[in-house]
Amino acid sequence: MTVGVVMLVHTALGRAEQAARHWAASGCPVMIHVDKSVSRKVYDGFVKALDDVPHINFSKRYRCEWGTWGIVAATQTASARLLDEFPEVRHVYLASGSCLPLRPVQELIDYLAARPRTDFIESATTADVPWTVGGLDAERFTLRFPFSWRKRRYLFDKYVQLQRKLRIKRSVPGGLVPHMGSQWWCLSRQTLSAILHDPARSDYDRYFRMVWIPDESYFQTLARQYSTNIESRSLTLSKFDYQGKPHIFYDDHLQLLRRSDCFVARKIWPHAHRLYDAFLTDTAGAMSKQEPNPGKIDRVFAKAVERRVRGRAGLYMQSRFPREDWENGVTAAPYSMFQGFAELFEDFEPWLAKATGARVHGHLFAPDRVHFADGQTAMNGALSDSAVLRDYNAKGFLTNLIWNTRGERQCFQFGPTDNQIINWRVAKDPNAQVSVITGAWAVPLFRSNANFIDLRQEAARLQKIESDHLDVLRSTWTKARVRIWTMAEFIEAPMEPLQTILDEIGPSTQRRLAEAPRMVDLTGFGQFLQNLKNQGMHPYLMGDFPVDPGETARKPRTPPRPYVVR
Amino acid sequence: MGILGSYRMRWARKRLRYRADFKSRELRRVIDRTNQIRPDDILLFSTQRNEKVRLPYFLDYYRDMGVTHFLIVDNDSTDGSAEYLSQQPDVSVWTSRASYKKSRYGVDWLNHLQSKYGHGHWCLTVDPDEFLLYPFCDTRPLRALTDWLDTCSIRAFSAMLLDMYPKGRLDDQPYLPGMNPIDIACWFDSGNYTMSRNPLYWNLWIQGGARARAFFPKEPERAPALNKVPLVKWDKRYAYVHSTHMLLPRGLNLVYDEWGGEKASGVLLHAKFIDTFADKAAEEIKRQQHYAESYEYRAYAESLGQDTQLWCNWSEKYINWRQLEILGLMSKGNWA
Repeated sequence: MTVGVVMLVHTALGRAEQAARHWAASGCPVMIHVDKSVSRKVYDGFVKALDDVPHINFSKRYRCEWGTWGIVAATQTASARLLDEFPEVRHVYLASGSCLPLRPVQELIDYLAARPRTDFIESATTADVPWTVGGLDAERFTLRFPFSWRKRRYLFDKYVQLQRKLRIKRSVPGGLVPHMGSQWWCLSRQTLSAILHDPARSDYDRYFRMVWIPDESYFQTLARQYSTNIESRSLTLSKFDYQGKPHIFYDDHLQLLRRSDCFVARKIWPHAHRLYDAFLTDTAGAMSKQEPNPGKIDRVFAKAVERRVRGRAGLYMQSRFPREDWENGVTAAPYSMFQGFAELFEDFEPWLAKATGARVHGHLFAPDRVHFADGQTAMNGALSDSAVLRDYNAKGFLTNLIWNTRGERQCFQFGPTDNQIINWRVAKDPNAQVSVITGAWAVPLFRSNANFIDLRQEAARLQKIESDHLDVLRSTWTKARVRIWTMAEFIEAPMEPLQTILDEIGPSTQRRLAEAPRMVDLTGFGQFLQNLKNQGMHPYLMGDFPVDPGETARKPRTPPRPYVVR
Repeated sequence: MGILGSYRMRWARKRLRYRADFKSRELRRVIDRTNQIRPDDILLFSTQRNEKVRLPYFLDYYRDMGVTHFLIVDNDSTDGSAEYLSQQPDVSVWTSRASYKKSRYGVDWLNHLQSKYGHGHWCLTVDPDEFLLYPFCDTRPLRALTDWLDTCSIRAFSAMLLDMYPKGRLDDQPYLPGMNPIDIACWFDSGNYTMSRNPLYWNLWIQGGARARAFFPKEPERAPALNKVPLVKWDKRYAYVHSTHMLLPRGLNLVYDEWGGEKASGVLLHAKFIDTFADKAAEEIKRQQHYAESYEYRAYAESLGQDTQLWCNWSEKYINWRQLEILGLMSKGNWA
């Protein structure tokens, strides 16, 4: 008893010849189907090249275009001939010309001999698996597909649309339940011959002729009718990318393939000389007799698909430039933006750096230059501190900074004097933690030595800018973690909000806050605000500031809760 | 835009094609070995002027990668590089005395050669100081990439220009023929690139890197474009628009994913900044044959004249393509 191989070939005939010889050398009869689109001359040469090997035959040629009936017809004819001509065959293995046996063929023969009635065919109902690409899953079986997807894409799409519109549905013949799975199977003689000699086969064939990609569903569906023992997996290691195209193996996959313990892999790049040399010639490459374990390869290829479909969050580069709101992560890592803290506390930046261990920058978006932490003139990734370069693409500057410093939390100061272009990007970023003490921009004005008329003008301008920013932060599109206090609210009980922010930043501080940052002296600030009011400019963002702060400081009230906008 | 825009682009493309054919009269054939080209060869197109010192390594680098034929336009060299090239068995050489600037920096000449010899081939268009890296380039030949692109029906492959520079002064280490220039200029800027989408041609416009940082801190909008699409499955109807920054038809410029995913891409290591650079800058300023009145070269000359270096504390030292992949400068996409 042995295994027969049906081999479907359409390109790289040289490699197919190598593989066929390899199968035949272990006593497996091989029935080769060569795609009709291969020229007569090339085909004859191929047949001639395999002249010297017994047990290799060639079956009637069909034109095999991807997704069409030809592949099934070719498989049917070839396997029927194989079963007829080689009565000693118990299992038929469907392989392609670019399949490469990874383990000695004898091991496969033994493996199948130990499981004489098992059919290895991946077969799942369409309702239960989201495998398919392009939105055609159940519809593969209910619509008609007379047009080539490769050559007549327009007609293909239009005809699908038309059928959907007219609600045309085909019924599946004879109580079949459509199943799908990998094209590459290994069926026992009993099951395969039952499928091929089914009295209703012409009905089934007529139906599947118009099904989309029948090579993934014909045998998978019919095997369910006859098999007594289906193992729903393919013995051929074959991974598909997000478009349903098979991943290709190269020389550098040698170790991965060796460790997979799979019997056969596809698809191999025809010029992967090392792979062919390693697996087809060296017999000592025999691996332990284990169950196939393609886990590692699965992970490599799953990661590749993930990279293609989702990409790396927060990365903007030559081949990943997501549209707004399609970023899959606006930035690469969580970061914190503080507004008003550095104005209210004299030593806020060093204090925060000490308390959190994060990198604490000054005003990154200040008009004069980029105030990187520790007064540096450049930062990770050779980001320059030039304000002109930064403002040329301020949003890009922010995402670059966060990408370049992955692994280290970034905190920076912000305020109404800074470049406001980034406000929406920050607000829509779930990675952003934004803490705002509204109105704190007035403190530097209060402490400055400028003419009151200029101060009044500047205060009006800054209040307008901050008010606009607050509107952004409070909008329904905001995904950042936003906390807003008025200045009056905050200075009554600064420790609690600070503790909340630090807890959120990270576990680097286990203890409760021991030391608080030092607040600037606000004596006379209430009067300063009153003066602004008296000039007709009402500073409302600070909250209710008494003209004499001494009064409230002595009267402890319950601290107001910070409110979280989410 | 819509139909009108597509129509305009169609005419822009036709105009480029006519222009290329017209300008082809300026090309004089030095040696034509194009009859050696077999149907699925990978071809390399380039223009060069006085780059003899770079050519030995350049040719070997791409031969090893799997390029089988080089088609090179020599722009009036005086250092014997045309003679050197014509002695190579796999190089076809044309020469032109005409203005580099008026041929739109060589693009017209190459567009002509590409449509004549490149139809149906994978064509790589690079300068002698540009070295292509693609995912797995240390273990897989270029043909593995082009075969994979073919199976995925991808026609164009992006490779961003990455400016490389040495630590210290540019002329500290002399470059000799056959040397790998990346051994000298092995530093680069890893994360200061900004990009925007060109609404007309659909390409990304990437700027930044060492040149923007050192030479254009006050006028970042004038910093050179770094986006490049050097590898294309050529069709005789295609045309490069500006250098290899963008192509027509516009669909070829869509080498990036807009829905969050990553497409496969490579990097062109740009080994311009080695000791030969100072002479080059001086000469090009005199010739005024470069983009925007040699503005770039003048900016270089001014800043480099004051002995500034390109190297900074945050420069990254080049190791291999995997490093660039991790840094996010290129991507494996779904090629694994």
